[in-house]
Amino acid sequence: MSLLAVENLAIDVAVGEACHRLVHDASFSVEPGETLAIVGESGSGKSLSALAVMGLLSEGLSVGAGTIRYKGQDITHFDERARNQLRGSEIAMVFQEPMTSLNPVRTIGHQITEGMRLKLGLNRKQATARAIELLEEVGISDPAQRLRQYPHQLSGGMRQRVMIAIALSSKPSLILADEPTTALDVTIQAQILSLTARICRDHGVGLVLITHNLGIVARYAQKVAVMYGGRIVEAGTAAALYAAPMHHYTRGLLSSVPRLDTPRDLPLRPIAGAPPDPMQHVPGCRFHPRCAAATAACAQEVPKMEQRAGHEVACWNPVPADQTISEELA
Amino acid sequence: MAAYVLRRLIGSVLVMWAVATLVFFMLRLVPGDPIAAMLADVGGPEEIAAMKAKLGLDRSLLVQYGLWFSNALQGDLGASIYGSRVPVTQIIAEAIPRTLSLSLLSFVIAIVIALPAGIISATRRNTLTDNAVSFLAFLGLSMPDFWLAILLIIIFAANLQWLPAVGYIPLAEGFWPWLRHLILPAIAIGTAFSAIIARMIRSSLLEVLSSDYMRTARSKGLTPRMLMFGHALPNAMIPVITVMGIAFALLISGAVVVENVFAIKGLGRVLIEGILNRDYPVVQGAILVVSAIFVFSNLIVDLLYGVIDPRIRLH
Ligand SMILES: Nc1ncnc2c1ncn2[C@@H]1O[C@H](COP(=O)(O)OP(=O)(O)OP(=O)(O)O)[C@@H](O)[C@H]1O
Ligand code: SF4
Ligand SMILES: [Mg+2]
Repeated sequence: MSLLAVENLAIDVAVGEACHRLVHDASFSVEPGETLAIVGESGSGKSLSALAVMGLLSEGLSVGAGTIRYKGQDITHFDERARNQLRGSEIAMVFQEPMTSLNPVRTIGHQITEGMRLKLGLNRKQATARAIELLEEVGISDPAQRLRQYPHQLSGGMRQRVMIAIALSSKPSLILADEPTTALDVTIQAQILSLTARICRDHGVGLVLITHNLGIVARYAQKVAVMYGGRIVEAGTAAALYAAPMHHYTRGLLSSVPRLDTPRDLPLRPIAGAPPDPMQHVPGCRFHPRCAAATAACAQEVPKMEQRAGHEVACWNPVPADQTISEELA
Repeated sequence: MAAYVLRRLIGSVLVMWAVATLVFFMLRLVPGDPIAAMLADVGGPEEIAAMKAKLGLDRSLLVQYGLWFSNALQGDLGASIYGSRVPVTQIIAEAIPRTLSLSLLSFVIAIVIALPAGIISATRRNTLTDNAVSFLAFLGLSMPDFWLAILLIIIFAANLQWLPAVGYIPLAEGFWPWLRHLILPAIAIGTAFSAIIARMIRSSLLEVLSSDYMRTARSKGLTPRMLMFGHALPNAMIPVITVMGIAFALLISGAVVVENVFAIKGLGRVLIEGILNRDYPVVQGAILVVSAIFVFSNLIVDLLYGVIDPRIRLH
């Protein structure tokens, strides 16, 4: 039984009386202790999918279709009370916005300990001791001192580490970690990503790692799902997907990030064109306005996810499995 | 922190001095001669001149100001120019507990109503409950306080006879008698105030509830109570506290009106009588005290900021 199994998830936003679909038909799963990376450009629906799992979609957004199963139980339509039984102690989340995700008027100590005092039944002293351990584990020096400080006294990177400590605090089985895309510089971002992955592996915690960087996740994730314009366009084990990326968007992503195995003097090639406007309807494959391999079919019908070369891809003209990336770049 | 408080205290005293000086000259620029009015039926020009000399009103304005100021520095605010010439400090000392009792009680009543009303209407946004609270708040805001005062007297004092209609009993003579006499005027003043605060809490809470840190707090699976009192309110109250400071001024001006309806001889009534009679020393003394209450309630609000919001450094 999967730890988390999301099937055909759709997320809708209410626009006046009407309703617009932001995420279509997304399916992914995480086994206990496993790491799944969800990768995609800005606006592809990664955060929304994670928030739907937490039951924390903001007002106006709702799950329009599909099921979310946690440890076999359908939690899609759980009410707040039932959700609260899961939040923190079963599923925890690290949010994308380090600068605003901590309460400015409560101490770091309070924000780390309150959850575990409630969920694990610890007293103040036990909770403080555990908070100090957690801060040490996420690489914050002088933890006892930090507990008495307020968020504004910490840098963005440290706040993100505190968020990880908070997520770990009530011993969840699954963490959804959304990577900050602003406020942190790239090296700190990479450090935090690897820290999150390592800690979850050490604790046997299942992890959904949300990132823009398809290059870096190869090192940490067992499974990868690539999202574009509200759909998962390619998914599978990291090994299979990296061995033969077949969606043209995945290809573009791979050549737009620095990789260890690409020659240093090769220029990075960002994908031409802008990500689609989520409020605008694009018929067919949403990537077709930016795709060099697009054919007439691409603009008409949405490609379905199909098994090819050991993983799944949704593309009318997938990149042949034997064409390697370096060939394409050359 | 200590340096900050000291600086603010000096500033407060300067403001009080400026207000007192302004009032001193403005009073004397208003046409009308109080002594002539007082002695109109009983004395001729000589008696009037003699009385003026006795009260020091025949000297130049600057000299009068200098005298008043140096006396005030020594805690002597002069005496009423009427009748038995009661010292102003005594009049004010009697009035202050009444006005403060009334203001504080209205304040408490306002908060006790506003806090739950604001919380309920924010957490049940756009429901029947929210609309009902909004309607009541609108009603509370649009009723003039003297009108509400009279209405309360008619219902609770005259018809139901539950509470006294007029008068004041000092707290020293018992809590219950004190409260019974103040409760109607306090409601009359506090209602509008509570409507303002409730609206403020509602909008401030709505903003806070949709913030990122509330989402983080919810992701921990905290109880609704922990979310509201541990996370949302401490943030939502920050802007509300400013409004409370401003509204405290509103409350004092409410007291001026409502004290007259309920025949409570507080600062408001003293001030109004003083102005009507051109009783210069009494008006000056009362204004001095009212401005002191203003500047110090402002100071307290600013200090509270530093306590409730750790991002604010007082210096
Ligand atoms: N409350 C909302 N109302 C309307 N549209 C929304 C709302 N929340 C998100 N969206 C839209 O849904 C799309 C997907 O949002 P989401 O936050 O999941 O993107 P993302 O993949 O996490 O992007 P990023 O990498 O920038 O975080 C975005 O284009 C966004 O504009
Ligand atoms: S379906 Fe067509 S447009 Fe979309 S990625 Fe494949 S080839 Fe390109
Ligand atoms: Mg996001």
